[in-house]
Formats: sequence, structure tokens, C-alpha cells
Amino acid sequence: MVVKPLTGNYAAAYAAKLSRVKVVAAYPITPQTTIVEKLAQFIEDGEMDAKMIRVESEHSALAAAYGAASGGVRAFTATSSQGLLYMHEMVWWVAGSRIPLVMTIVTRTLGPPWNIWTDHSDIMDQRDSGWLIMMAEHNQEVLDETIKMFKITEDPRVFLPGMVGLDAFILSHTTEPVDIPDQELVDTFLPPRRQPYVFKPGDSLLMGNVPRNLKENMRMREDIHNSLEAAKKVIEEVDEEWGKLTGRRYGGLIECYRCEDASHFIVGMGAWVGDMREAVDSLRTNGIKVGLIKVRYVRPFPREDILKWVVNAKSVVVFDRSVSAGSAGPLFLDVAAHLMTAGIHVPVKNILAGITGLDVTYEDIADAVLKSVAEVEETGKFSRFIEWYYGR
Amino acid sequence: MPVTLRDLPKEKLLLPGNASCPGCPEALGLKYLGMALGKKVILVVPAGCTSIIQGLMPGGAFIYPTLNVPFASSDAVAAGVSAAKEILGEDAVVVAWGGDGGTADIGFATLSGAAERNDNIIHICVDNEAYMNTGIQRSSLTPYGAWTTTTWRGKRENKKELPLIMLMHKVPYVATASVGYPLDFIAKLRKAASIKGFKFIHLHAPCPVGWRFDPSKTVEVAKLAVETGMWILFEAENGKVTISPPSRPYADKSKRKPIEEYIKLQGRFRTLTKDDIKILEKAVDDAWNTILKLAGK
Ligand SMILES: Cc1ncc(C[n+]2csc(CCOP(=O)(O)OP(=O)(O)O)c2C)c(N)n1
Ligand code: SF4
Repeated sequence: MVVKPLTGNYAAAYAAKLSRVKVVAAYPITPQTTIVEKLAQFIEDGEMDAKMIRVESEHSALAAAYGAASGGVRAFTATSSQGLLYMHEMVWWVAGSRIPLVMTIVTRTLGPPWNIWTDHSDIMDQRDSGWLIMMAEHNQEVLDETIKMFKITEDPRVFLPGMVGLDAFILSHTTEPVDIPDQELVDTFLPPRRQPYVFKPGDSLLMGNVPRNLKENMRMREDIHNSLEAAKKVIEEVDEEWGKLTGRRYGGLIECYRCEDASHFIVGMGAWVGDMREAVDSLRTNGIKVGLIKVRYVRPFPREDILKWVVNAKSVVVFDRSVSAGSAGPLFLDVAAHLMTAGIHVPVKNILAGITGLDVTYEDIADAVLKSVAEVEETGKFSRFIEWYYGR
Repeated sequence: MPVTLRDLPKEKLLLPGNASCPGCPEALGLKYLGMALGKKVILVVPAGCTSIIQGLMPGGAFIYPTLNVPFASSDAVAAGVSAAKEILGEDAVVVAWGGDGGTADIGFATLSGAAERNDNIIHICVDNEAYMNTGIQRSSLTPYGAWTTTTWRGKRENKKELPLIMLMHKVPYVATASVGYPLDFIAKLRKAASIKGFKFIHLHAPCPVGWRFDPSKTVEVAKLAVETGMWILFEAENGKVTISPPSRPYADKSKRKPIEEYIKLQGRFRTLTKDDIKILEKAVDDAWNTILKLAGK
């Protein structure tokens, strides 16, 4: 074990190396680029025994990683923003093929206009695809969860690909001390690769030809859904195991901060959760009993974990860093739907902030929450369920 | 080394009862692929007629391991599979098998990328000169004058010179082939499989459905393409171009059959005018002049 100052991107690169990835295929895009650059360097310096396929596009990056993974080796790629949208067709194909692999997403807003700052539009656009999707809060979590993601996705109860998200610049290019585990520790933790099938010469295996029976085809979709449900347990087990080895447990699908006695809840994910923690502290000093639910996994969605905490809450404020235009923020939509179907009638509100990378400080968050809480305390409800928040 | 019938395995690699149309050139090509490379093949298939020909899941008419993949992705997936097989030390020939659309249009950047990287795969472009699977729309490899469902009065643009474009990628092996000349195709496949790096084979594949000819005439039409000089069989090893034996006589223009013999069998050329035919004739001469120059003749 060594503690090194690492950017979020280097944390992802170290994790891929420690996971003994055999094929890397990626294409440069700001702010992801330094991940591929670092991996290229590891490989060229002989520090990492892997092949790098320097593809001509992101569509091909995921295609090549998928080919390698289908051929039986651990594969890795990383992208952002326009790159992720460019590979969207492959994103669905990999999940539909049930081929485990891991991809880092350095979240960045989408154009036009050209804009390199963070929001969650790119990663949230993938949430129906069948991938496991998680967002990290800090660089240590990037490293830990990337290694864990290989184990989770290669578990026979899951056998699906997974994305680890980190916010552009706030994590990707910001240096933090990161504990890099020893190779031996990772080797004990991560078993040899498992996957549902491998393409081998002489083995007549067909993947993806036209289905005879659409019921079977629909069952394949249901099976992906069920495997994501089953992944919840796997995520918790792996979290616990990693915690035993490293002392770092995150709590599975969510992490709670000052939730025990809270009557109002904030829900958010990604790097600004750090600011939300400070906002909670400052609101608490003002006597407001706020708790924070950090969503770690968006898929599978932590229904049970969130409901457990908010069942008796007075209000829930969900922060989204992206919006499903014409409806509401995607995290909010999930939270609201699951509350509703569980018969929990708590006032719930969506704050849309930080979209396109607009800076949000902990004071902004505290301000927005303070006003929301005040309204609920006074009237027992929210007068509107969406608020576009541009700062104080 | 020339291949004879005696060299070919009897085992079928494309099973009977597959879902191809009668007289399908892609099915012929797939059979020859099996005969040439046997069980070493791992096939990567982008969207196109071959997605359908293999039959319905959970069954299938292919005994080669086959990954069906998105339309624009075949060479990149194949590059990944090939990398994995090399890392695992397995002896495999990874073949991306795309139509003219999957190769020359939507898949072109992927193709060019894999060629430039010299990924260890064979790309076969099975060229039936249109998007057949979606109902006969024009592609960049549809010839001048041909009717398609997006060029009702005949295509106004020329066929892209894909084999030459691939030659200019300076890959170790480029060849043209035809379903009318299986032994030539098989020999080229075997040679390609023996070479490490990127190999491109452009297989001319007359399609009775899209070209509007009788399904019993696939091989005849394929041969006429070569005999009229409309399709030139050649190969290039490390850039050295050689005209293949079936095409050699037609280097001499006087030996070529009139292109009308090829055209008149095909309903897709029904609306060609005399001027159109002149344009096609000139294209044949130009193509031959270029290839002869490249072959140092
Ligand atoms: C991204 C994408 N766009 C369009 C299609 C629809 N599509 C499927 S096959 C095909 C045409 C295939 O033509 P070609 O590559 O020439 O092969 P052929 O069918 O002639 O064998 C098209 C347009 C698709 N599957 N994916
Ligand atoms: S349309 Fe042509 S290429 Fe496609 S399956 Fe039918 S005959 Fe074969």
C-alpha cells in the first residue's frame, strides 16, 4: 500500500492496471484523455502487461473492448460526453450480449455549445441500457470502485458491464491523496475473469442472430433487469469484502450522512456530494435536521435503501445535474416513482443545478435547501416540484 | 499455390436450410470461406443480409463461432477478438464479413482505422452493390446507372474504387475475388490467413434479388463481370499487384466480352441509355489502365 497524490483520472488508470486489464481501447476526449495517456505509458513502459488498441473513434473503442472481452480477456475503456454518445449504440450492444467489462466515464456536459465542464447529462443518458452505473464522490472512491466493478460485473449473478463515473475536472484533474493497494491485495480480491461465454475457434457459438420467438427475446430483457436487481446484493458483498481488506466500506448502493435523526433529506450523487456534506453541517448548526443520501449506484437503483431512510421524512429534495427535458431530473424521477409505488407520501422536490458545469457551492446548496425546508415546514408541501437553481 | 477441388473439405460449414434467398451470392461466399479456413474462423458480422442468412436464434445455420455486431463496428470488434486470441495463445482466424454498406459506407472509418493499425484480421467485403437487407438502396459501391430503391432512374455517381483505396492503406494483403471463381477466392483466403496483419478481400457478389436476374444465373453473372472486364481479379502482397489468372486474358481489351452481355441479364440496368453504356465502358478501360500500371504492365 502506498498513498500517492493522484488525479481522478490517474486513479482510474491505476485501478485498470491493478485489475490486470489485458486490452485497453480508447479515444481521446477532454476531460477523459489523461486516462488513456497514462495507460499508454504504463503499457509502453512495461509496467502493465496489456495491449492497447488505438482506435479511430469511441464507437470503435467500445467495439474493440467488447471484442476483446468476448474473446475472453479483461477489457477497459473510458470516455466522456460526445464520445459516450457516439458509442451509445455499442453501449446497448455490450449489455445485451451480457459481456462484463468496465468503462470509466468522466462526466461532461453535451453540446452545443462546446463546453467541457461537468454535468451528468452524458452518463444519465445511458441509464436504460442495462449497465451498472455508479458515480464516485472522490478519487479514492474512483480507484476502489473501478477495481470492485470488475469483480461485481464478472459475478455470475450479474454478468453485465459497468460504468464508473467521476465529475470532469472536480475529480478528473484534481489531485488528492489516494491509497493505492498492493498488487497482491488486488490479486487476492479479484479472481480470474469469469464470463458467460467466450468465442473460441471450433466452437459453434452464435451471438445475436434474429430471434425465432419474441417471448424469449423479451425474457432476455427481463433477465437483464433481474440481474441488475441481483447485483444489489453483489455490490454490498463486494463492498464489505473490500472494506475488510482495505478498511474502506462505502455502504453499498448509497452512503448516508447524518441521516439517523434527520427529518429532511437531500439526495445527490457525484463530486458535489462533498459540498452537500458541508451544506448539511451548516444547516445543522442552524438547527435544521437534514440528512444526506449519496446515491452511489444509479443502476441498479437503490430503491430499498432510499425508502428505508425517507419513510418518515418531512421532505426530500433531490439534486439533479442533468434533466430529462420535458419531464424532470432523472434522479428525481426515480426517487419520486419509488416513493409513490411504496405508498410513501412525503413532499418531494427536484432542484436542477450545476447543469452545463455552472459552479455550485455548499452555500448555494444550503441556501436552496433552507428555502425548501422553510416552505415545507410552513405549508406542509412544495408549491412546485421543479426548481431551476442558478445560484444565490 | 493453386487450389483444386481435391484440396477442399467435405464437411459443411454453412448448414442447409439457412435463410438465404435462392441463388444467394453471400451464401456461396460463406460456404467457400468455410472450405478455405475450416474451423479456425471466428466470424464477426455487421448488419446486412448475412445477419439473416444464418437463420433464427436459438438455432442457426453457421457452425463457425459468430458474433453479430452493430453495422459500423465489425473491424473494431474483430480487432478486439483477435487481440484476445493472441493474448490467450489460441490459433484463430478472425474474419469481419461485411456488405458493401457495412464496409465502404457506414463501416468505412472503422475499416480504415483497423487497416492503418494493421490489426490482425481479414476483412471480407461481400459486395452485392447495394443495401440488400433493407430493400435494395444504393451504396457507394453501386455502379453508375444502376436502379435501386433510392435511385429510381439509375445511380448518377460512380462506384467507389474500394480495393485501390485499401491498397493505398499499405496493408500486407489486398485482393479482389468473385463468387464465380471459388478456387481463386479460396486460394486468396488461405494466403490471407497465412499473413499477419490486416488483410482485405473484396468479393464481388451478384445478387439476383437486387440486380433483377434469374436466381439460377448468379455464377453466370459473376463470370460475365470478369469476362467483360467490369470486375478485375487481382491481388497485392505488400503492395505488389498481380492480376489473377481468371482476369489475365482481359488485360487485352480485344478479349473482353462487350459489357452489354453483362448488363442485359440484369433488370437493374434496364433504363441504361447508349450514353450511359459508353460511360460504363470508359470506366472499365480506366480501371484496367490503372490496375495494369499498378501491376507494372
Ligand atoms: C446504425 C444502423 N443504421 C442502419 C441500419 C439498417 N440496416 C441494416 S442492414 C443495412 C444495409 C446493409 O447493406 P450492406 O452492408 O450492403 O449488406 P447487404 O445487406 O447488402 O448484405 C441497413 C441500412 C442498421 N442496422 N444500423
Ligand atoms: S438479397 Fe441478395 S444477398 Fe441478400 S440474401 Fe437475398 S440473394 Fe442473398
